[in-house]
This record gives sequence, C-alpha cells and structure tokens, in this order.
Amino acid sequence: MSKHINIALIGNPNTGKTSVFNALTGLNQQVGNYPGITVEKKQGICKLDRNLKAHIIDLPGTYSLNASSLDENVVIELLLNKNDKDFPDVVVVVSDVENLKRNLLLFTQIKDLEIPTILAINMADRMSYKGISLDIPYLEKHLKTKIALISTRKNSGIAELKETIQSYKDISTEPCLNASEIDSEYFNRLRVAFPNQLLYKLWLVITQDVNFGKTNRKEIDAITSFKTKSEGDLKRLQQKETIKRYQFINEVLKIGKTVDASQAKDLRTRMDRILTHKIFGYVIFFFILLLIFQAIYDWSSVPMDLIDTAFANLSEWVKDTLPPGDFTNLLAEGIISGLGGIVIFIPQIAFLFLFISVLEESGYMSRVVFLMDRVMRKFGLSGKSVVPLISGTACAIPAIMATRNIESWKERLITILVTPFTTCSARLPVYLIIISLVIPEGSIIGLSYQALTLMLLYLIGFGSAVFSAYLLNKVLKIKSKTFFVVEMPNYKLPLLKNVGLTVLEKTKSFVVGAGKIILAISIVLWVLASYGPGDAFNNAEEIVTEQYASDNLGSEELNKKIASHKLEHSFIGITGRAIEPVIRPLGYDWKIGIAIVSSFAAREVFVGTLATIYSVGNDDEETIKNRMAGEVNPILGGPLFNFASGISLLLFYAFAMQCMSTLAIVKKETNSWKWPAYQLVVMTALAYVVAFASYQFLK
Amino acid sequence: MSHTLADLKRGEHAVILDVSSVEIPLKLLEMGCLPGNKVQLVQVAPFSDPMYLNINGTHLAIRKETAIHILIEKL
Repeated sequence: MSKHINIALIGNPNTGKTSVFNALTGLNQQVGNYPGITVEKKQGICKLDRNLKAHIIDLPGTYSLNASSLDENVVIELLLNKNDKDFPDVVVVVSDVENLKRNLLLFTQIKDLEIPTILAINMADRMSYKGISLDIPYLEKHLKTKIALISTRKNSGIAELKETIQSYKDISTEPCLNASEIDSEYFNRLRVAFPNQLLYKLWLVITQDVNFGKTNRKEIDAITSFKTKSEGDLKRLQQKETIKRYQFINEVLKIGKTVDASQAKDLRTRMDRILTHKIFGYVIFFFILLLIFQAIYDWSSVPMDLIDTAFANLSEWVKDTLPPGDFTNLLAEGIISGLGGIVIFIPQIAFLFLFISVLEESGYMSRVVFLMDRVMRKFGLSGKSVVPLISGTACAIPAIMATRNIESWKERLITILVTPFTTCSARLPVYLIIISLVIPEGSIIGLSYQALTLMLLYLIGFGSAVFSAYLLNKVLKIKSKTFFVVEMPNYKLPLLKNVGLTVLEKTKSFVVGAGKIILAISIVLWVLASYGPGDAFNNAEEIVTEQYASDNLGSEELNKKIASHKLEHSFIGITGRAIEPVIRPLGYDWKIGIAIVSSFAAREVFVGTLATIYSVGNDDEETIKNRMAGEVNPILGGPLFNFASGISLLLFYAFAMQCMSTLAIVKKETNSWKWPAYQLVVMTALAYVVAFASYQFLK
Repeated sequence: MSHTLADLKRGEHAVILDVSSVEIPLKLLEMGCLPGNKVQLVQVAPFSDPMYLNINGTHLAIRKETAIHILIEKL
C-alpha cells in the first residue's frame, strides 16, 4: 500500500502559489469550501514516487500569521490544530524572489510552530534580469530549512521541489530566531504556566481569537487569565515582534541576497506610468471594459445560437425517436428545454471569467483598485469594490465572496448589498430574448438599437448599485475604522494553464450549481403544466371540440386550441391565474407570472420556464423566441410581448432580487438574515414600482 | 519640522521615522512599513489619493488618511 503525506502550500498573495499548486497537481485537483464558511478550499494529489502520494492543500494567501480576515484565519486554524486530518506533515512556503524579505516574515512565523518547512523561491527565472543573486547554502543554514529554486513560468525546479518534499524528515524543526526576547519576563511567565504548549502557539492564541481544535480548547481557555496586558500593550508587542523578525531577516539577507544596482529600469515603472496615469489610466480602463462587453455580447452570440438550435433539435429528435408517453414528454419538454436554458450561458460565463482571471493574473486589477478608490469612496465604497462590481457582471456569488479583502466593514457591507444590482449573466438570457422581441432592428451611427438597449441596461444596473451605495452610506450608522492597503504586484504575463483552470473551474461550478436548481424546477413545472384537476382539464378535448364545432377548424388549429385550454386549466395555469391580478398592471399575463415566480429561485429559470410552458403540448420544432413572439395578449389582442410590456419586464429583472444562491451567500458573509431579507424586500419592491410605472407610462 | 508621508511629492524618496501604532494596522507594518525603511512615492491618483508607494521594495497603495500617520524624513 502506498503511503501518503499532507503538504500545505502557504505564501503571500501574488507569489505564484497557485501556479506551484497547479504545477504539482495538474488536473488532479478539486475546489470546495471549508465547512461552514465560504472560503475556497483547494486541494489536490501529487505522486512523489511509486509508494508516496502527497495530498496538497493550497491555503489562502496571507502576509503573516496574524489573521485579519476569514481567509487568513483558515491558515492559522489549520497550523494550530494537530488533530485536523489535513494537518501538514510539511509546509511549503512559496515566496517570490523579488519580495523575499517580506515573504520571509511569514516563513519565520511558521518555523516558530516547529513544523518542517521548505522554502520554495518562485520566479527564479527573473533573478538574472533583476540582477539578484542568492547564496543558497548560507540561507539554508541560517533559515534552518531546505530551499528549492523554482520557476513555474519556465517549469523548472518542480522535480527538485518534489525531491525536497520527499526527504522532509531531514528538515530541522527548530525556530530560526527567538521572538520571545521582545518581552522575556512576560514570555517566561507564560512558559511556566503552560509547560506543555508551544510558546508561539500560546502567543498567537493570546493576540487573536483563534479557536484551534475543540480538543485543545479547554486547556487553552485557561489562557484568558493571561490576557493581563491591555490591548494597546499587546498591539505594541506585536509591532515589536514584527520589527524583531525583520531585523533577523535583514541580517540574513545582507549576506544571503545581493542585488546588482546597475539593473535596467524595469517594465513596471514604464507600464505604471501609462496604466495608472491620471487620464490615460482611466481611458485604458474604459476601453478594457468595452472589450469585455463586446466579447460577452458579440463573440459569444455564435456559439449561443448553435446551442439554442442544438437543444431544439435534440428535443425534437427525442420526441420522434422514443415511444410516445409521459416519460418522453417529460424528457423532451421538461428536462431538455430546461437544460438548454442553462447550457446556453456557458460561452458568456467562460468569456467573463477568462477576462477577470487575465486581469487578476496580470496584476492589472490592483491598478484599477488604485485608480478607482477615490471615486468609489464618494459613494461609501472602496477601490476594492470595483472587483466585485465587475465580477458581478458574471455572477453575484463569486463577486460577494470577492469583497472579503475590503478592510472596512462598512464599505464591505455596502458592496455586498449593492452588488446584486449589477447585471449578472443570469439576467442576460432574459434581456437578450426580450430585447430581440420588442426592440426594433436598425441602427444609429453604426450602433444597433438592440446593443444600445443592452448597454443601457448595464448602465442602469451599475448606476443603481452606485446610487444605492450612496444612500446606504448616508443611512447606515456603522462606525468602523477604515484602512486601505493594496499591494501593487509586478506585471506578469498570465499563465495559460492558470487561466484555463480558473475558467474551467468557475464555469463548471456555475453550470452544475445552477443546473441542479433549473433541472429540478423544470421537472416540477412540467408536471404542474401537464396535469390538472377537474373536468376542465381532463375533458379538455371534448369541451374545446364542442366550443369550436361551428367554426370548422382544421385539425392542427384545433389541437392548438386544446393544448392551450389544457394549459390554462392545469395546476400551473390555476396558480398563474391566481397571481395574475398582481402582475396585470405591469403588462404581464399569467404565463409570464409563472416564469417570474419560478425565477425567484434563479433568474435564468425565466427563459427555461417559458420554454417549458410553451413547449408543453407543442409539437412544432421551434426556438423559444419564435414561440414567445407568437403569444397574443388575451385581453388587448396584439402581441403579448410589445414595447411597453417588454420594457416593463426588462426593468423588473434589472432591479428584482431573484436569486436564492445570492441570498444564501449574503447570509453567510454577513452572518445575519437581516441583510438578505432587506435586499429581497427592497429590491423586489423597487422592481415592482419601476416596472409598473414604465408600463403605465408606455402603454 | 517633521513631515508625514502625505507631504511626499511624486518621485521623491524618504526614510520612515515613526509609525503611529494606534492608527496604523499591523498588516501595513508586516508589509514593510517600519521605522528605518526607505520609501518612494511612485504614483498618485487624482487629488493625490490614494498614494502608490515603494516601501523597502514592496509596492503598495494606501490612502492619504493613513499616510498622515507615518512620519518621514525626506531624502
């Protein structure tokens, strides 16, 4: 049987830690969540040799073991809990060669925990370019570790890193400096009181509220009596500790690392001069946004049309091939139509995540944060809110998770609350189909009306996010100390492998996550639409035949009448008609009502629901759009989807909070039902009022 | 008269003299913002806020409201 060991990858943000993880595990990786919290947990398997497998965890990036966020806390909780099944046998600290000094701070802290620790120095290929040379034996001796020089970009040093990991038992577990010298008297007392505990572990527990392992808990609870120092004193002591560590690191690097000062001016300076320029910086950012939108709307329309047609054909084929019956109908009308409604998103989601991950990987996103901070602050947001607001155009869920690095709670809360206004990709199919139905073709100065409408909807989404942020900033009485630190990493050419894996992972989780909901709802809807109570449904054929007996209808025409009569008296029809009075003033009929109600689970369900409702009893192979265009307003006559009702529907979707997953994530991130409830009520009420006003005005 | 980091002009260099431990988060110290370290103002956004700094080889941006709590001596 083969043995396996646990490896934890730890490092500062922007050191290429994830590239190292990808290089070690390849496609043998999975992304999940830590139980109870929404921090992403990346783990994978790497074969070290024939009998030794390594289970690798890619821990969230952190600058030190003094956690200031949920993500960073994960790192400490794991390192302090020997009983955790993931507790590492060996830690690999990933550092980049240019910021070695800063990276070593974290390294010396981990060494104090007496876990075997390897130092992997990444981006070694840049050393000669930067004029850096390292005295590896000297560094290994003084840092009491083994060093692996690697370059994930050039794919070098990975094999050596694996070898070093294999012989992890030879690595010293001795700390490389004595941090307790900062207050010997205090630390001595601590040592006497808890002789069985690691001193540094105690110190971490005292300075921050970590709760490591339930088994250890009781013992450590006694430590509260040691919080004799005031918070200010502790903070000063932490500061002294940081200074002490840097003194040690400076000493070591004085000999261990030399930089040839005659290096050429680097790329960063030249690029920053343009990309963070007071005017050009903003112009370039604007054009990048335009490019992203162009890709999402234009480039992805081709594969989307293909998918739409393919699913219509598949549904037709299933009906023709399988024996007729309930199951065939469920498959063709319920499941396939519903799934088509989600698969069609893949091109757009993939494009969006592609751009976002390229912007993040290249280091450009930090420049955007820098450029936008001042502007965003006017609205109670932070420069860091830009990333969630842009990601929100893909999906609010990762966007809300991306607010974690916003330091101020108030700014973060406001960002979380307003992010669902941005036009997420789930709104897109609703927009696209309605726009194509109600906005005329044709163009003005080369821009099509339809594209302009879409852009307007994006602006409305972004505008209402910013405007409500402004209001919330005035209304919310939260005092929180704001500080803002953002690292400006070096520009890097994004690695294809990293970008590809991100796109693959995010798209997959979106499709699988949303797919499950949509599939379930499609089946329920199909059942509700295919069955009904009483005579009106069960004897539909006789009733309709009798009713139109004198009209001499062709059999095809008659079948259509029967189908629509059936639908009207099915369970779903009855429900729909019950809510019709509420939505009639917005210009909708009961079928749209059903679609809206079912899309409170997830917006994209709207198109799938209409597809399911319209395809029930419909034998023609038609795309959803053609079916919708054929719908007639039962009261006013004329097409149901006209300009007024179309605009009203577009605006309803622009404002309404219709995504259960988003509400769940907001609950998790704010740790209260108050905020998601608030979002649901306010946004939906706003949507109703705006849709009502626009329909009444345009009708 | 002593200066704070907020007084620095674009391209200027300085040495950090003192950092107010009450106002400055530990995270900034950990990123190298410590007394004795060199700092250069690389770039400023409109209204000189935020400020893009090179502290001791680490490039980072902070707001002006934070910068006024860091005492420096211009070089």
